[in-house]
Amino acid sequence: MIMTASLPYAAEVPSDDLGSPLLNTAIFAGFVVVTLYIVYRVSNRNKSTSDYYAAGSAFTGSQNGVAITGDYLSAASFLGIAGAIAVHGYDGFLYSIGFLVAWLVALLLVAELVRNTGRFTMGDVLAYRMRQRPVRAAAATSTLVISFFYMLAQMAGAGGLVALLLGVHDKGGQALVITVVGLIMIFYVLVGGMKGTTWVQIIKASILVVTVVLITVFLLGKFGFSISALLDEAAANNTNGSNVLAPGVQYGATPISRLDFVSLSLALILGAAGLPHVLMRFYTVPNAREARRSVVWAVGAMAIFYLATLIIGYGASALVGSNTILASTGKENSAAPLLAFEIGGPLLLGIIAAVAFATILAVVAGLTITASASFAHDVYANIFRDGKAEPAAEVRVARLTAVVVGVLAMAGGILANGQNVAFLVALAFAFAASANLSTLLYSLFWKRFNTTGTLCGMYVGLGSCLLLVIFSPVMSGAETSIFSGVDFHVFPLSNPGIVSIPLSFLAGYLGTVFSKERADTVKQAEMEVRSLTGIGAEVVR
Amino acid sequence: MTQVVRPPITAQSPAQPGASFGGITRQPSPTPVQRNSPNFPAIQASPEFTALRRRLRRFVFPMSALFFVWYLTYVLLAAYARDFMSHRLFGSVNVGLVLGLLQFVSTIAITIAYVRFTRDKVDPQVAAIRASAGVSDK
Repeated sequence: MIMTASLPYAAEVPSDDLGSPLLNTAIFAGFVVVTLYIVYRVSNRNKSTSDYYAAGSAFTGSQNGVAITGDYLSAASFLGIAGAIAVHGYDGFLYSIGFLVAWLVALLLVAELVRNTGRFTMGDVLAYRMRQRPVRAAAATSTLVISFFYMLAQMAGAGGLVALLLGVHDKGGQALVITVVGLIMIFYVLVGGMKGTTWVQIIKASILVVTVVLITVFLLGKFGFSISALLDEAAANNTNGSNVLAPGVQYGATPISRLDFVSLSLALILGAAGLPHVLMRFYTVPNAREARRSVVWAVGAMAIFYLATLIIGYGASALVGSNTILASTGKENSAAPLLAFEIGGPLLLGIIAAVAFATILAVVAGLTITASASFAHDVYANIFRDGKAEPAAEVRVARLTAVVVGVLAMAGGILANGQNVAFLVALAFAFAASANLSTLLYSLFWKRFNTTGTLCGMYVGLGSCLLLVIFSPVMSGAETSIFSGVDFHVFPLSNPGIVSIPLSFLAGYLGTVFSKERADTVKQAEMEVRSLTGIGAEVVR
Repeated sequence: MTQVVRPPITAQSPAQPGASFGGITRQPSPTPVQRNSPNFPAIQASPEFTALRRRLRRFVFPMSALFFVWYLTYVLLAAYARDFMSHRLFGSVNVGLVLGLLQFVSTIAITIAYVRFTRDKVDPQVAAIRASAGVSDK
C-alpha cells in the first residue's frame, strides 16, 4: 500500500484479462448479497448515538479483533505487499513487519486507556481535560484529513482492480463500477451503522485470512514444505535474482532512499495506533479488558496474515515470475491474482478478486463511519451545539455526513483513478503518528499537558507533514512525481515521518511548557483514574 | 500529595450497587454522569491507585522502549547492513529472514507477556479499586 511504484494502474493494454470477469463479478455479488442481508438483519435498532457510532459497545473482544484486522488490512496491503515481495523481494516483507509490530503500541499504550476514556471518537480522549472547542476542532480536522487521504488511496486503487479483475478498461466503465462500490458502501454505513460495518469487516477479514492461509499451505506443499526451495525458485524466476532474498532491492539504491525507508518505518510503527478508524473500533467493546483482547486477536490474525503474504509473494515470484507480473495490467498488484490463477484457476482467482473488492468496500466503509462520527460528534454536537445535541439529531447529522463523505470518496476515486496516490496511505500513517499519537500519549501520560500543547502538537504534526510532502519528490522533481515537468522539491524524502513525528512531540512539549495555562488538575485526575480503572466509563445503553 | 486522612472515595451509597447505571438510557455527551460521580482526585491520591499506576507504567514503558529499539535496530540493519542481512544461515534462509521472523516472534511474545501481566497483576487491583469506589463489575 505504501509502495510508490505499486498503485499506478492507468488503463493499459486491454489484452491480458484474467480468468472470467463474469465469475469474478458473481462471487463478489455473492459477498455483497450476504453482507447486505447481515447488515440489514443486525441493524434493527440503530437509533441512539451509542448504537450508531459504537454498536452499543456490545461486540466481544474476539469479534472486534477480527474486525480490526478487517479495517487494517486494506486491498493495498493485501495486493500491494504480496506484489512488493514478488517483485522486490525482502523489501516488501519490511512493510509487513512494520504493520504488525505497530500493534504493540496500541496494545501497551493506547487501546485500553482510549476505551476507558472516550466514547465515540478520538476527540473524546484528546478533549477530555482540555478546552473542548479548539481541541475537538483539531481532532476532527486530523480525523477528516487522515480518513479522506486513506480513502482516496483505496478508491483510486479500485479503478485498477476493476481493470485487472473485471476486464473493464475504459475510464467511463471504471467510474461506473467505482460508483456502484461507493453506493453499496454508503448503504452499509447508513443502514448498518457501526454494527453493520463491523460485521462486514468480520466477514471480510475471515474470508481474507482463510484464503491466504489456504494458498500458503498449498504453496508450501508444492515446494515440499521447504522454505529454502521456495526461496531458490523465487530468486531464479526474478529479474533481480538472489538479491530479492535480502533487503535493499527497492530502497538500497542511494543514501536518500535508505533514509526514506527508515522514515517510512517510523511512520508505520507509530502511525497505526493513531489512525482514527482504528481508535474508534475500541469503542465497540464494553470495557478495557475486551479492548485488550481485541488487540490480542488482531495481532494473532495479522501475524498469520503477514507470514502468509511472505510465502504468497515469494510464491508468485517462483511460479509466475517477476517479468510476467510487471508486464500485466496491474503490475505489482496483480501478483496475488496471477498466482491464484496459476494454482487455482478461474475459481480461485474469482475468490481473490471478490476478497480484494470486499476489502476496498469494507475499509472505505470503516473510514466513512469514522469521518462521519467525528464530524457529527466532535464538530456538530460538541462545537456547534455545545455538547447539548439531541442524540437523534446527532445521528441524523452523522448519516448525512456519511453520505457526503461517501460521495466525496466516489468522486475522488474517479478523479484519482490511475493516479499514483499510494503515498497517501503512507502519508496517513505519518499524519496519524505525528498529529495523533504524540498528543494521545501526552494526554494520557503527562499530567502537565494542556490545551496549548495539544493544539501545537496536532497542528505542527499535520502542518509539517503536509508541507514536507508538498515539497517532496512525491509532488515534483522526480520521474514518478504527480506534477512532472516542474521541480519545486526541497525536501529529499518521500515520507515525512522522520522529521514530522519528532517535531510534533517537540511542539506538544514546548507548547505546554511555554504557555501560562495550567492543566485542569481535577479533570486530569478524572481522566487518569478513568483511563486506568474504567470508573466512570460504564457502558450507557 | 500524600493525605493522612483519606476522604471517602465515593459519594455513592453502597446499598444499591450498580443501580445508578440502570436508569440512564442515553447520554448525548461524553462527559461522565454527574450524579453519584466518584471522587476522582481522592481515588487518584489513594495508595492503591498510585501503586496500580506505578506497576502498570513500570511494565509498559520499558517494554515499549524495548520493542521500539529492537524494531529500529532491525530497520537500520535492513537499511545499512545489507551484507550482514544477506549472510546465509541454512539453505537459502539468511540472517535478514530470520531477524524478520524474530520480529514476529517478539511481537507475539510481548503480547502474551502483557496479557499475563495484566491478568495477574493489574486486573485484580483494578477490580479492588473499582469495588472501593462503589462501582459494580458485571
